[in-house]
Amino acid sequence: MKDVKKSTFLGIMRYLKRRKFSLVFVILSAVLQVLFTLLIPYLAGKGIDCILSEGNVDFASLTKFLIAILCCTVGAAISQWILNVLSQKISYAVLSDARVDAFDKIQTLPLKFLDGTASGSVAGAVISDAEQFADGLLLGFTQLFTGIATILGLIVVLFVLRWEIALVVLCITPLSLVSAKFISSRSYKMFRAQSLSRAEQTAYIDEEIGNLKLVKAFSREGACGERFEELNKELNEISLKAVFFSSITNPVTRFLNALVYALVALTGAMLVLGTGGTFSVGSFGSVLSYCTQYTKPFNEITETIAEFQNSLACAARLFALTNEESESSDEGAEVLKEPQGAISLTHVDFSYEKEKPLIEDLNVEVKAGEKVAIVGPTGCGKTTLINLLMRFYDVDGGRISIDGKDLRTITRRSLRENIGMVLQETWLKSATVRENIRMGKPNASDEEVTEACKAAHAHNFILQLPEGYDTVLSESGSLSQGQRQLLCIARVMLLKPPMLILDEATSNIDTRTERKVQDAFEKLMEGRTSFIVAHRLSTIENADLILVMKAGKIVEQGTHLDLLSRRGFYYELYHARF
Amino acid sequence: MKHLFECLKSYRKEAILSPLLKLLEVVMELTVPLVVAAIVDVGIGGGDKGYILHACLLLMAFAAGGLCFALLAQYFAAKAAVGTASALRSRLFHKLNSLSYSQIDRIGTPQMITRMTSDVAQIQTGINLTLRLVLRSPLVVFGAMALAFVVDVKVALVFVAVIPLLALAVGLIMAVGIPLFKKVQERLDKVYLSTRENLTGVRVIRAFSMEEGEKERFRDFSQKLFSAQRKAGKYSALTGPITFILVNLATIALLYFGGVRVNGGALEQGKVIALYGYMSQILIELLKLANLIVSVTKAISCQKRIGEILDLPEEPEKVSPAEKSGEIDDAVSFEHVSFRYGGANALEDISFHVKKGTTLGILGGTGAGKSTLVNLLPRFYEASEGKVSLFGEDVGGVSYQTLRKEIGLVPQQVVLFKGTIRSNLLWGNETATDEELLYAAKCAQAEDILLFKGGLDAEVEEGGRNFSGGQRQRLTIARALVKKPKLLILDDSFSALDYATDKKLRTALKELDCTKIIVSQRASTVRDSDLILVLDGGRCEGLGTHNDLLKTSRVYREILSSQEGERA
Repeated sequence: MKDVKKSTFLGIMRYLKRRKFSLVFVILSAVLQVLFTLLIPYLAGKGIDCILSEGNVDFASLTKFLIAILCCTVGAAISQWILNVLSQKISYAVLSDARVDAFDKIQTLPLKFLDGTASGSVAGAVISDAEQFADGLLLGFTQLFTGIATILGLIVVLFVLRWEIALVVLCITPLSLVSAKFISSRSYKMFRAQSLSRAEQTAYIDEEIGNLKLVKAFSREGACGERFEELNKELNEISLKAVFFSSITNPVTRFLNALVYALVALTGAMLVLGTGGTFSVGSFGSVLSYCTQYTKPFNEITETIAEFQNSLACAARLFALTNEESESSDEGAEVLKEPQGAISLTHVDFSYEKEKPLIEDLNVEVKAGEKVAIVGPTGCGKTTLINLLMRFYDVDGGRISIDGKDLRTITRRSLRENIGMVLQETWLKSATVRENIRMGKPNASDEEVTEACKAAHAHNFILQLPEGYDTVLSESGSLSQGQRQLLCIARVMLLKPPMLILDEATSNIDTRTERKVQDAFEKLMEGRTSFIVAHRLSTIENADLILVMKAGKIVEQGTHLDLLSRRGFYYELYHARF
Repeated sequence: MKHLFECLKSYRKEAILSPLLKLLEVVMELTVPLVVAAIVDVGIGGGDKGYILHACLLLMAFAAGGLCFALLAQYFAAKAAVGTASALRSRLFHKLNSLSYSQIDRIGTPQMITRMTSDVAQIQTGINLTLRLVLRSPLVVFGAMALAFVVDVKVALVFVAVIPLLALAVGLIMAVGIPLFKKVQERLDKVYLSTRENLTGVRVIRAFSMEEGEKERFRDFSQKLFSAQRKAGKYSALTGPITFILVNLATIALLYFGGVRVNGGALEQGKVIALYGYMSQILIELLKLANLIVSVTKAISCQKRIGEILDLPEEPEKVSPAEKSGEIDDAVSFEHVSFRYGGANALEDISFHVKKGTTLGILGGTGAGKSTLVNLLPRFYEASEGKVSLFGEDVGGVSYQTLRKEIGLVPQQVVLFKGTIRSNLLWGNETATDEELLYAAKCAQAEDILLFKGGLDAEVEEGGRNFSGGQRQRLTIARALVKKPKLLILDDSFSALDYATDKKLRTALKELDCTKIIVSQRASTVRDSDLILVLDGGRCEGLGTHNDLLKTSRVYREILSSQEGERA
């Protein structure tokens, strides 16, 4: 627990360091503001001293003091404004920095982590937690510094006025600090619980609202609503505790300060009686009035600390993401240039979960330029093989190499740049059609894009979209799966990569279009190493090598005719299709 | 604000008690100066140490009383705020669940999610602060003002002058701030969109080495959010300083007029001190308030965004009167149906009839309108023209509940939900027994998945990502079968299946006693259907049996030959 808090604190400091300059100004303007603000009561007191009685008012001096008050007011207001604006700037900048860092981190996290974590909770950390963290930070800046400066200023003033009273105040002060700490350390725990519960709810919202259409298709609104109510009730209870507990701080410090006030009144009154005139009734009055002022910064600081607990809890979640271990570094790895495309897998072992071995001792030799088809029943590990080839996952044992170089000695970027991939899942980002196609080659000309789309047979339907190539696509738009797949194909067509992976790349496209797309692929694959996962066997039949997989193992390999003549598993699969 | 108040209503007691208790606390606080005055006058004046001690004990008692009231007030405020936010969230969730497909398309998923999370959280903070602190301030301000009038009416007019000015200034800042904060939330939507998108598309982004580009894009969104926040912040940062200036100007005026009044003999010095004291109290209170105005402004703008969704028109349960139409033994009939999403017609003048218990195959190219057509049956979208009937009734006259109960749909997108295989299958029918679930799984060729993953209680991760595409597809089919629907729609549900499974599945489906619509790209999947509809560019290009279409449909022949070719 302590370590989490400490590392979170250090994390925050790291972000603040980048804003050193603004931070110095924040502190400076806080000090100025307090100085001006504390001067005003003093000047007002002097002013009141000019108003003695009927016909005995020194207007000349009064005006002088009033003008001084005016100057201080303007000075305090301006420094407060600067304080506010700068604190906002810092907190929002830290927020933006932290979000960008978290986002950058996501780009380097191993797929193992991302596949194993609810995307809603990751998004929650980047969005809600980051926001709460910034809110806490902002409050800290605007209230903490002024609060501390005020308290220090007041203590000095009290000492000047009467040291006995200052001592009484100082003796009680630790009590407020201890109680504030007691409350805040407990509310930190509650805020953490709240943050977790909120994350769980966010993940559910993400899943349910993200698939709202499906929910409606099954009339599951009611049942999903019930589940949501459960989560909502849970969050409600935890939140109530967290919010209430943190709001206790304020009344408790107020209570302690009222005690201070009573004790000061007691000491003061006794002093007035005891010292016989050296401590006047007037001084007694001003000591008490300063005591009242002593309360406000304490309230603010403790309140800020409570708020800050929440923000620490949120920051901890955000930093947990940022501190998640990245993929092994590409440093020292070489850049793959114009590969021949000979690929070999030797004694490859891999599993997603340790206790469930998936791929064991897999051996494959692919010559440069060969067309390799992978077939097998669903769930046999075809997609896993592709995950390994693209280095989305690293092998547990054995090695995979391209042109004799271990994949792990090649930078991921250069590996992936040399492999074009079309998946069955048609992911498009919310951007224009053109931007989506240009994904792998941002500097491609419009002509090249059009060319690629024509090759993918997507050109015609793109032209029919409301704004053609500039139509903005959205997650829930009205493009069919097949059309989305054609766009994904166009993306690869534009890239003309040296190696190609097609994982059910044409499964959603009608066969007439598919045939034409296949021709384009054939042309593209000429002389390039390619891996094809498909159910339609026509593309597979003329493959140079067919790998037949079953339960994570390659049970047969060879050409179409070879395999048929063996009358094995492939024969069975092939004949089962009609 | 309507929705907010409605949600707050269930916490009426707490929402009223909290400020009332606050009031008591304030009263305790305001009495303290009186006790101190007594200490000075009676205690010090009379040299009565016992009296001083008693008075100080009284002060402590007041402090304890104040603490009790304050704690209760905080508790009620927290309860009302958290409860209201919770109710609001729940209301919003149910509302989102009642939106129509076209409304969902228009709003977009990320926007819906930020409203559920970030916006509601801001509102919660807003309510909590309002109940706890914002109401306290007017109490103190008006209390102090009333006391000022008791002291001296003429000088107290200064208070009357400054308060409307303050209200005006704060009002102006809020009026400018609300749209600015709304903009902030809108930009936040974008940031969320980008994050979400990157999490779902991580494989493609990495495959295309687009990490840098995506980072750039996110940075841009984040930067835009930052500048919106700063702009909104600049205005809200004015609240404190303006309050400070106005109140201090009032103090200056008060001292000056006080001086004049004293000079004229209408007032004494002590009273000026008292008036000054009240003004200081007001200042401290208002400055506290100014700090909170930002939160309240944010809450109001978030509340507006939520209101926009809550005020969307309800999807009408029925769009036309219940009406018998078409032949009684028709399971499905389309009469001159056209549909458009916005621009051009996606479907044009489609007519056909499907007899009960038979199978309709729908074949057509990518983007021919196949999915659009089946989406009209459960009324996900309403036909723009023409009439769609189900079992002899115009679907426009049937409630969603009935429609969607009778139709089992296997959509293209194969998504499972977090839970177990059982909890996913139960989507079809909450009361299904294990035998029924297993039977459906068997029909859908999903038995081996159960074996492999460890039975009905095998865990399903978010989105079903621990299952392969083919496994998910078979489970989604099983899910629809558990429903025992009268009409089963398979929207391209064989695409991720290998041929062997495809064939077995079709054989199993044949045994089922229901009307089926099979949408596919594979001619082999639909060729045995009793009726085949060939769609091309949203129009009906051919309608008939396999043999009819061989003669009449050019597109059908083309599709077939493209797949015949595959067979060779």
